[in-house]
Amino acid sequence: MSDCLVDVNDLTIGYYTQRKKLVHVLMGVNLQIKPGETLGLVGESGCGKSTLGQAMMGYLRSGSQVLGGSVFFGEHNVFSLNSKQLESIRGRQIALIPQNAGDSLTPTLRVGKQILEAIELNANLSGSEAKDRMIELLGQVRLPHPEVMGERYPHELSGGQQQRAVIAMALAAEPEMLILDEPTTGLDVTTQAHILNLLRDIVSEMGTAMMYISHDLGVIARVSDRVALMYAGEIIEDTDVVEMFRMPAHPYARGLLESIPRLSLSGIPNSMPGQPPIPGTEPGCSFAPRCKFTSDICISEQPELEAIQGTEHHVRCHNWEQVLATDFSQELEQVFRTISRAAHDESAIELSEVAITYYRPGITDRFRSESEPPATVSDITLSVKRGETLALVGESGSGKTTIVRTLAGLLPAKDGTIKFEDFDLSVEVDKRPREICKDIQLIFQNPDASLNPRQNVAEILDQPLKLYFPKMNRDERRDRQIELLERVRLDGRYRLRYPGQMSGGEKQRVAIARAFAADPEVVLCDEVTSALDVSVQAAVLDLLADLQQERHTTYIFIAHDLAVVKAIADRVAVLYQGRLCELGTVDEIYSPPFHPYTETLLGAILVPDPDHEPQLLASDTPELAPPATGCSFQRRCPYTLGEICEQEIPPWQKTASRGDHSIRCHISIEELKRMYKDKELIRLDHNEHLENEPQIVHANSNVSISSPEADDR
Amino acid sequence: MSTLIGRRLILAVVTLFIVSLIVFMGVEALPGDTATAYLGQSATPESLASLREEFGLNAPVHQRYLDWLGGVVKGDLGESMSKRKPVADLIGNRFRNTLVLATAAALIGIPLAIVLGVIAGLTRDKWPDVFVSTTSIMGMTLPGFVTATILIYFFAIRLEWFPAITLVPSDVPVLELLPNIVLPIITLTLIMVAHILRLVRTNMIDVLTSDYIQMAKLKGVPYWSMVFKHALPNAMLPTINVVALTLAWLLGGVAIIETVFNYPGIGQLMITGITDRDFALVQGIAIILAVIYIALNLIADVLSMILNPKLRTARGH
Repeated sequence: MSDCLVDVNDLTIGYYTQRKKLVHVLMGVNLQIKPGETLGLVGESGCGKSTLGQAMMGYLRSGSQVLGGSVFFGEHNVFSLNSKQLESIRGRQIALIPQNAGDSLTPTLRVGKQILEAIELNANLSGSEAKDRMIELLGQVRLPHPEVMGERYPHELSGGQQQRAVIAMALAAEPEMLILDEPTTGLDVTTQAHILNLLRDIVSEMGTAMMYISHDLGVIARVSDRVALMYAGEIIEDTDVVEMFRMPAHPYARGLLESIPRLSLSGIPNSMPGQPPIPGTEPGCSFAPRCKFTSDICISEQPELEAIQGTEHHVRCHNWEQVLATDFSQELEQVFRTISRAAHDESAIELSEVAITYYRPGITDRFRSESEPPATVSDITLSVKRGETLALVGESGSGKTTIVRTLAGLLPAKDGTIKFEDFDLSVEVDKRPREICKDIQLIFQNPDASLNPRQNVAEILDQPLKLYFPKMNRDERRDRQIELLERVRLDGRYRLRYPGQMSGGEKQRVAIARAFAADPEVVLCDEVTSALDVSVQAAVLDLLADLQQERHTTYIFIAHDLAVVKAIADRVAVLYQGRLCELGTVDEIYSPPFHPYTETLLGAILVPDPDHEPQLLASDTPELAPPATGCSFQRRCPYTLGEICEQEIPPWQKTASRGDHSIRCHISIEELKRMYKDKELIRLDHNEHLENEPQIVHANSNVSISSPEADDR
Repeated sequence: MSTLIGRRLILAVVTLFIVSLIVFMGVEALPGDTATAYLGQSATPESLASLREEFGLNAPVHQRYLDWLGGVVKGDLGESMSKRKPVADLIGNRFRNTLVLATAAALIGIPLAIVLGVIAGLTRDKWPDVFVSTTSIMGMTLPGFVTATILIYFFAIRLEWFPAITLVPSDVPVLELLPNIVLPIITLTLIMVAHILRLVRTNMIDVLTSDYIQMAKLKGVPYWSMVFKHALPNAMLPTINVVALTLAWLLGGVAIIETVFNYPGIGQLMITGITDRDFALVQGIAIILAVIYIALNLIADVLSMILNPKLRTARGH
């Protein structure tokens, strides 16, 4: 296999626990990557993707060891090299772009210095030559003002900028191979789309091979030539990207693809029950316990990774013929479950002209004549109907979480009123009567952080019960706990488990049960599915929809994933920099006419379809604070009209005589409709041209690039 | 950042003022006064009255506090009654001696602790770490006077390398003092190394498991370059405050060690002051110690701000 750049051969990696028990992480992995090829490596969390990526660089986490097999990079067996030889390969021939760029840059060293270090170590340049190269690299990854950026410390860059800096560092020596470990997870959709375009450009220009690790199938569809799917430490399917998304042959691949919410299909997708086993603990196929095709042979005998009829499509399944018998696109359309909407006509919560600020003048500030900065959230007027799901969407910094924090009573509103059952919610939680607190509950993004690890489920659920239902006695509370657990589809025996003994999805269900323990009217869901794997996400969405139908609960749902929003929401409010841009039902928001910002967001979405290509409208330059006057989106808007946008707050325009769909823009509705039609035509004409050159329209290039931290406090 | 330092300075002055009040009131609250303590058994009502008159002890408390505070601000710590000398003169040489001992102990102990901590962190759970950690813990757990006594037994009595106790007066030139400080330094080092070492070790271990160290390794950075450029600066940052506290502890004169070795330092002077009920002396030393603690903590905070880019470049606050 001399034409391979990387050849992983029957690689098995494991570690011993403190009780000397062997735990496998990788089980007999075979994988080849050719020069210039981009391989997407997909799988749910904990299936060994990162371990495989690190093993290709000859790196093992401390405690892990190679139990069998080999990894060849070129002609070197990376696990037989000494540390000197490894240092000479790492960074020079094979470089890593890590998941969390912010944590992967040394906090005490300037960004430029860290890139310089990579250049000096790996590219044999020094002095001013190296410095020129550093500036060149920073420019190449399209960081504005490379000279200035190089002088900054990592924490002074925004998430997207940090990611670009890390890419620049990896490209320092023009390596033959890049390992990308979830490099865009945690970034905004727009930033993600920009970074992926950048990577594609660089790779096609330099002919670099890439292994792109991600759990996000939309990203994988966008970047990969070939896709390898991992499950429980094994590769279970390995094929061309189009085959993988159009004709997946492994039941797990199908299950995974069916669990992703899609823009093109309405309703909630199918979820996959169960969770991956610890590698090597199943006697037969590791997926057998979760598989609907399971037969006797699956339980007794491990399937081999075999080629389908002499093609390059490899699958590890006994029953692939049976799986392939059903056409995937048809199967896909059948699994989506539409939920019947049951919103009442009365309002649950009414916000009118709400403004929220984090600005707290200090003692010294009062004596200065500086004017107060514009409020983080301002001029929010909207009403949420009883029993409906209102989604708040927007990039990070758009004020979604701020609004939810105010509704929950964690932050007072500065101006305006929030009406909830004759009560004004603009005050903090300690000034609200207990019944109001009971009626508004919050579910957090990360159940690991929101559940106390030292309390078991019974204790966690007991707290709202004790607080809001003081008359309940112990037995009643116990029965109620079991009932709540059953409603979130967990067994009553989970009462005695601690958060550490549960999977991510189970923990989030407990968090949901805790919110419903108070028997609330309104539940605030802050990115409740974004820390979960897709297969679990679908189940949680399904559960939330069911609970809503049973109890007519009102949801205010925050999500950055617009496909998730489409699946669960009734109405959507699009926010930018704490100001509303567009408000309407799901169907209205996801079809033209669009607010320019909504169009930007929707254009950047990555769909699990290899033929789909994102449209990049506005730049992804982060803004620190809303502008003092005019439209909040003025600085990034691709269609800005100039002075009027900078000076005057745009008016609300209704798109039709009936309905509530309104857009806040100076451009007239007719014009917005026409613009979209024109663009469709251009898109059809110049599809190929656009592919390599994303049309980035800079509205205003001298946008401030100072520290993103400033806005957080 | 300058506003922040300014704010901290103002806060430091306020703290000092409060400390001075507490010190004065505390000493004032003790039973008896300097006059009774000074005259002891031979006190007659007349002699007490005249002595009180002489030292102005009859004035109301707030008057005396303000007088004393006014003096302190000008550098006049008052008059020691038992020694019949200005407190400032008494403290002068003693403080110099403590300074000599503290500097020497700090110069040896702190770098030693850091180096050992780094070694322990790098060789986590292997024999160098186990050895260094256990020994340092033993050094810390043994009470200072026990260590001192053992050291005196071996090095002074058996081997006769160093004097067992200091027999020179407090105002000898520094050079004559030097042979006397060797055993106290060893004792102090043994006590203080463990604190700093444990902290450096833990921080080093934390930093070594961080994403940026993994990144540095995968970038091809050679081992020692990784340790010194990427790991050490980050591991050292949280250590600054503990180093400052250790320095303050040393400068305050470690009373027990000074007493065991009969070393003429400020700690020993304080013990004498307390037994003699020499209020002016005790107040003076307490104020000096407060200044040292506050100043060193302030320096440590400013230093960690300068060395930590996250704090240095933060705006506002």
